Amino acid sequence: MTNPLLVELSRLQFALTAMYHFLFVPLTLGLSVLVAMMETVYVMTRRAIWRDMTKFWGLLFGINFALGVATGLTMEFEFGMNWAFYSHYVGDIFGAPLAIEGLMAFFLEATFIGLFFFGWDKMSPRAHLAVTWLVALGSNLSALWILIANGWMQNPVGAVFNPDTMRMEVTDFVSVLFNPTAQAKFVHTVSAGYVCGAAFVLGISAFYILRGRNVQLAKRSFVIASAFGVAAALSVIVLGDESGYTITDNQKMKLAAMEAMWQTEPAPAGFTAFGIPDMQTRTTRYAIEIPWVMGLIGTRSIDQQIPGIFDLVNKAEANIRNGLVAYDALQKLKKNHADPAARAVFDKARGDLGYALLLKRYVENPLLATPGQIHDAAWSTVPSVPSIFFAFRFMVLFGFALLAVFVVSLWYTMRETTAPRWLFRLALWAMPLPWLAAELGWFVAEFGRQPWIIDGVLPTFLATSELGISDLVLTIVGFTAVYGVLAVIEVRLMLQAIKKGPDAVIGEAGPFGDFARQPAE
Amino acid sequence: MIHTLFDYTTLRLIWWILLGVLLIGFAVTDGFDMGVGALLPFVAKTDTERRVAINTIGPVWEGNQVWFILGGGAIFAAWPALYALSFSGFYLAMFLVLFALILRPVGFKYRSKRDGVAWRRNWDWALFVGGAVPALILGVAVGNALQGVPFHFTDDLRPIYEGTLFGLLNPLALYCGLVSLSMLVMHGAAWLTFKADGPVADRAASIGTKAALIAAVLFAGGGVLVWFGAFGGYQVTSPIVWDGPSNPLGKTVVINPAAWLQNFRTTPWLGIVPLLGVVAPLLAAAGFRARRAGLTFLASKLGVACIIATVGLSMFPVILPSSTHAGDSLTVFDASSSQATLRNMLIATVIFLPIVLAYTAWVYKVLWGKVSATTIENAGSSAY
Repeated sequence: MTNPLLVELSRLQFALTAMYHFLFVPLTLGLSVLVAMMETVYVMTRRAIWRDMTKFWGLLFGINFALGVATGLTMEFEFGMNWAFYSHYVGDIFGAPLAIEGLMAFFLEATFIGLFFFGWDKMSPRAHLAVTWLVALGSNLSALWILIANGWMQNPVGAVFNPDTMRMEVTDFVSVLFNPTAQAKFVHTVSAGYVCGAAFVLGISAFYILRGRNVQLAKRSFVIASAFGVAAALSVIVLGDESGYTITDNQKMKLAAMEAMWQTEPAPAGFTAFGIPDMQTRTTRYAIEIPWVMGLIGTRSIDQQIPGIFDLVNKAEANIRNGLVAYDALQKLKKNHADPAARAVFDKARGDLGYALLLKRYVENPLLATPGQIHDAAWSTVPSVPSIFFAFRFMVLFGFALLAVFVVSLWYTMRETTAPRWLFRLALWAMPLPWLAAELGWFVAEFGRQPWIIDGVLPTFLATSELGISDLVLTIVGFTAVYGVLAVIEVRLMLQAIKKGPDAVIGEAGPFGDFARQPAE
Repeated sequence: MIHTLFDYTTLRLIWWILLGVLLIGFAVTDGFDMGVGALLPFVAKTDTERRVAINTIGPVWEGNQVWFILGGGAIFAAWPALYALSFSGFYLAMFLVLFALILRPVGFKYRSKRDGVAWRRNWDWALFVGGAVPALILGVAVGNALQGVPFHFTDDLRPIYEGTLFGLLNPLALYCGLVSLSMLVMHGAAWLTFKADGPVADRAASIGTKAALIAAVLFAGGGVLVWFGAFGGYQVTSPIVWDGPSNPLGKTVVINPAAWLQNFRTTPWLGIVPLLGVVAPLLAAAGFRARRAGLTFLASKLGVACIIATVGLSMFPVILPSSTHAGDSLTVFDASSSQATLRNMLIATVIFLPIVLAYTAWVYKVLWGKVSATTIENAGSSAY
């Protein structure tokens, strides 16, 4: 079996690089759409202030985009570098959305982003507006394809294990594309990106308003951000519920962990608002339950049951036993690919092959596993309940807090009176919340999927490359150093650009400027 | 029906060609960006000159780089075993490439955001590293692929790589790295003479002439080395089942120094490709001398494409040979993804690649014209 330290380091590296990458991605998603909306208003009204807004927020968008691209490069190759067995095992399915992402989305955003910055005086305002929307479209399409790939890791539909090639192969590409888990994830993630964009514009605009600088530009930005923020936050929350709903089909264990629901409760199950889950005693202490709510969220019904952790572990144990049948047949097929008896047995049990692989953590040959090891392997399907439980609750808390900030902001901007200063301070201090919520959300999704890298198909601990520990230590230190330095530079440039403010881009010359300065009315 | 039109064998051959198209697409587009990066300290002395050089590629390098990312994604989708093996095997080399490439987006974007001399000089070096290091290492990777790399598969098809970073940096591989570096420096210089003016274009023409001559000589020398069997060569000796399951175990492959020339012996007209790999850079050198920028750039593109294509043609049907377990080598007929995935990906490519090429051409058209010191000074915040 692979060195456990190697597995942990590979996971650490992936977590570091992916979570770092996702600091920039949601802002790109949200800000690209906001900037495109501002430019649309500019082209429709021809008022120079909207051009200034487009350019100013576009400047900040560019600083953020550069690091999104730089850190995204790592992601594209990291599967092969650190997860070679994974890449071989599921590349037939997982690789396709990544390649299509490049073809359909990355080319679009990357080809037009150059024109967004360099093309102001090279094309008509409408053409430039089209370019800006294409950048936004490209960013959002890339989210679609990567979430189709990620959705398949959570709910591996449309593929079976082929004993001739010793890997998963696609049987139904359409169901991979229209995987309900992927659809829910896409809407939820993109909306979260819009919340990031809105909170960013809201917070920085609040800063200018508090300082009494560029108030006209800041106020308009504040309005557009609060309206966009309300819509986005509602979408995140409502459609977050939607991914909870699909989870009951495919990822009941994650749902049970989020809920710390050890025992199956009579339907409709209650929602544990607070509690301290204990992995040792397999109970939740000090639980405060709100009746019915979980059953309603999870099943959209009052009579369907949500299974608890104990029941799911029992089910996993049955899956492991059936998986051993498949594993045994596979060993025969390895020796003789044409063995028809073994193939018939394998075809019947192959859906559970991954469960037998869980035993490789305890014993080299799963067929020799003791009942105790099978029992342990079944319990290893339970992720770390306390971490998932609390991460989920903080994510939800931050989401609702942001919704409240956006609603209050919108409410004040719709009235004639000036909004109070505390609101602007609140908007400024709320800025980190969407990022915290987004990272926590990914933590729930990915850490909650453990011990699987592909749910029910391949355990994470089998999926790595056979690298030396020193290689991994070197690259973890290297990535941390490079990313750390770039983070410092990025934040400084961002702050510098914010301090310089919109004045840096206002009144810039260029043919577009004449058009811009036509009187509005 | 489309699946009768595209049987597994045809699909594998198409995806082998597309692998080449992707690598050539990357080298022909992002190649000149890397070349400009590598040339930056030498063709541009003052800050304005450096900004001229940087802004010739400023609006387009990002789209060009997608060829590299798409290369990663497409290899993952169409040749998963190659993706798994090469990137984990060349682990530290790949880390160096990523490290260097990560410097580029931030280098381009952040350099002009401040005026300090040290700030800009540091980013110039970052852009130099971001251009020169990948150009060198990607050539080193090709050099290793030609010689074979030490790997094998377990019976679960888990790839096990037995080499080290220093094993990758052997003299023959470094030689290939120099071919790649000189070729992309030529290409970057060709772009600069095409797109910049003034002293930047003059210096680029002078360095480009030398780089093109060096590329032609080194590439021809590489041919001689292959002729004398320095790189070895791998030949599949068991019967090839072109539409069999993608399982690299169970075939026999022998080391045969004549193998890398075999395809040119059996199909002599293919020899036009390596021939152009030498002639096109020579044409580019002549173009640099005559200051015919458009022709130089075309000749440079052709040279880059033919040099890369030569490697593929000479190794076919082998893709990545194993030097320790030759039988486990990856080939066109046993390292691809399933027929369904190859077909799905081909449909996606046929739909989207023409669209990509069309709007990319439009963007280049919008940006048509030379970048000069005056353009930079008038551009305000929209230039790097």
